[in-house]
Amino acid sequence: MKFFDITVTELHQKLVDKELTVTELVSETLDQIEADQKVLNDFVTINREGALAQARAIDEKGINPDNIWAGIPIAVKDNIVTKGIKTTAASKMLSNFIPIYNATVIERLQANDVIIIGKTNMDEFAMGGSTETSYFGDTRNPWDHTKVPGGSSGGSATTVSAGNSIAALGSDTGGSIRQPASYTGIVGIKPTYGRISRYGLIAFGSSLDQIGPMTRTVKDNAALLNIIAGMDERDLTSSDKKVPDFTSKIGKDIKGMKIGLPKEYLGDGINEDVKKVVRQAVETLTNLGATIEEISLPRSKYGVAAYYIIGSSEASSNLQRFDGIRYGHRAQNVKNLEDVYVKSRSEGFGDEVKRRIMLGTYSLSAGTYDAYFKKAAQVRTLIINDFNKIFEDYDLIIGPTAPTPAYAIGAEVDDPTTMYMNDVLTIPVNLAGLPAMSVPAGFSDNMPVGLQIIAKPFDEETMYQAGAAFEAATEVHSKHPEMEDK
Amino acid sequence: MTTENNITKKDVEHVATLAKLKFNDEQLEKFTDQIEDIIDLVDTLNEVDTTNVEPTFNVTDQLNRMREDVAVRSNDKEALLANAPETENGFIRVPAILDESGEA
Repeated sequence: MKFFDITVTELHQKLVDKELTVTELVSETLDQIEADQKVLNDFVTINREGALAQARAIDEKGINPDNIWAGIPIAVKDNIVTKGIKTTAASKMLSNFIPIYNATVIERLQANDVIIIGKTNMDEFAMGGSTETSYFGDTRNPWDHTKVPGGSSGGSATTVSAGNSIAALGSDTGGSIRQPASYTGIVGIKPTYGRISRYGLIAFGSSLDQIGPMTRTVKDNAALLNIIAGMDERDLTSSDKKVPDFTSKIGKDIKGMKIGLPKEYLGDGINEDVKKVVRQAVETLTNLGATIEEISLPRSKYGVAAYYIIGSSEASSNLQRFDGIRYGHRAQNVKNLEDVYVKSRSEGFGDEVKRRIMLGTYSLSAGTYDAYFKKAAQVRTLIINDFNKIFEDYDLIIGPTAPTPAYAIGAEVDDPTTMYMNDVLTIPVNLAGLPAMSVPAGFSDNMPVGLQIIAKPFDEETMYQAGAAFEAATEVHSKHPEMEDK
Repeated sequence: MTTENNITKKDVEHVATLAKLKFNDEQLEKFTDQIEDIIDLVDTLNEVDTTNVEPTFNVTDQLNRMREDVAVRSNDKEALLANAPETENGFIRVPAILDESGEA
């Protein structure tokens, strides 16, 4: 059963009414994922036996009518550790790694009887924007198999977009949830930094990383955030702020809402069709009663440069743990211990990961620390100040999620700086720790284009309110890719 | 006011040593070019006046959260060792630190 026209609430009702057993649901989900895997390559691991065993157990126990997530299968990005299920971060380094514990989000999903259907493909260690840096091959965009699905959470975006999974988890360090959501025509959010525990998320840029939900509808997205958000003792950066019901404002009108549109977000380097879609979205939101005004985020254009220093520096430090000793790839034919480190790392990491480690190591090394790492951290402060100033007067900021629609596989993979500029509109949000979402807004040449909605820290509710109002006013989300061979 | 940064193969080799990575000649060539491009990109930060601006290393205002110092049972040794590439008698086995020929 394709999940194009059904919400989690409706699916839950079918399970409660016994129109469908959890075992049937999971079995059909597995069948359609496996049927498309050859073409889409959106999974690294499909958890057939585990998912079916869990499904049978839930069928035996019965569905709790108050828990809409009971028995619902979802896909999880392969950088979120799952006990007993191989977790690779799409790297040769971890290609045989079987975690002995669950990430906090996985514990929370399992406490709600959610079933982990499989682990999705991604850019290696979440470094990339196209899912082409995966050790396990690239993932295809369901709308056009010659195009990338975006990344790094490309597998999660693809399985949802193709109607094979009703929801998925991704992670977003510089746009890795929102950009693939935009490229594949689904809803993806990066919550406020600290909203969700990062415990068990394989670390990339620790001051930037957040896990987030990817779904077809805004409401399903908010409902999934409801069960994974909240303080966790094991992540000291997780916030102890109260977790609201993120669906509470969905359905309320947006009359009188003040929304800023940064002029920099419709400037040079933004595809004309993307601009057109965003202008249409502005009209839609205006018709719904919101006031949209042009604003300026003057330092946002420096976000990419600051991000590549900060993200790569944090990555170079985080990835030191991969040394071939305790787990992960260990090189053969080594002479001594030093050789184990160097050879294991050189064999185990792909080129993009090595580039980031190199840039990070360079930025942090003696003589360059002040000029690069500290400078980037200062620019980060200024980017945050720009946002703070706007949020004194505005409820939300909108703009495109990505400068272009999905591009052809192979087009940019050897050109890192061009690839990095694809994140120019999403990165400032990570630097400032803000919540933001991509919601389907239109098409360019039959490829989806997303609208980005950015909110104040810990104000995901207003973001969902506007996203849901927009979704209800457009027909875009009801379109879906045709899965014949293209 | 972008400062010209000429990254040489030697610089890249030095950073690779710090990062415990090794490249062959062809890779070194490619990485030197690409890293030079990336450095040019990040050098645009020099256009921004950051005099007296405090750096931001983390956006959370969360302070350290203390907990009771009590011992809890966590993972079993066998489980922890299951992912190690080589083990012996409950230990992780590694080659000798010094280069030795024959039995390590």
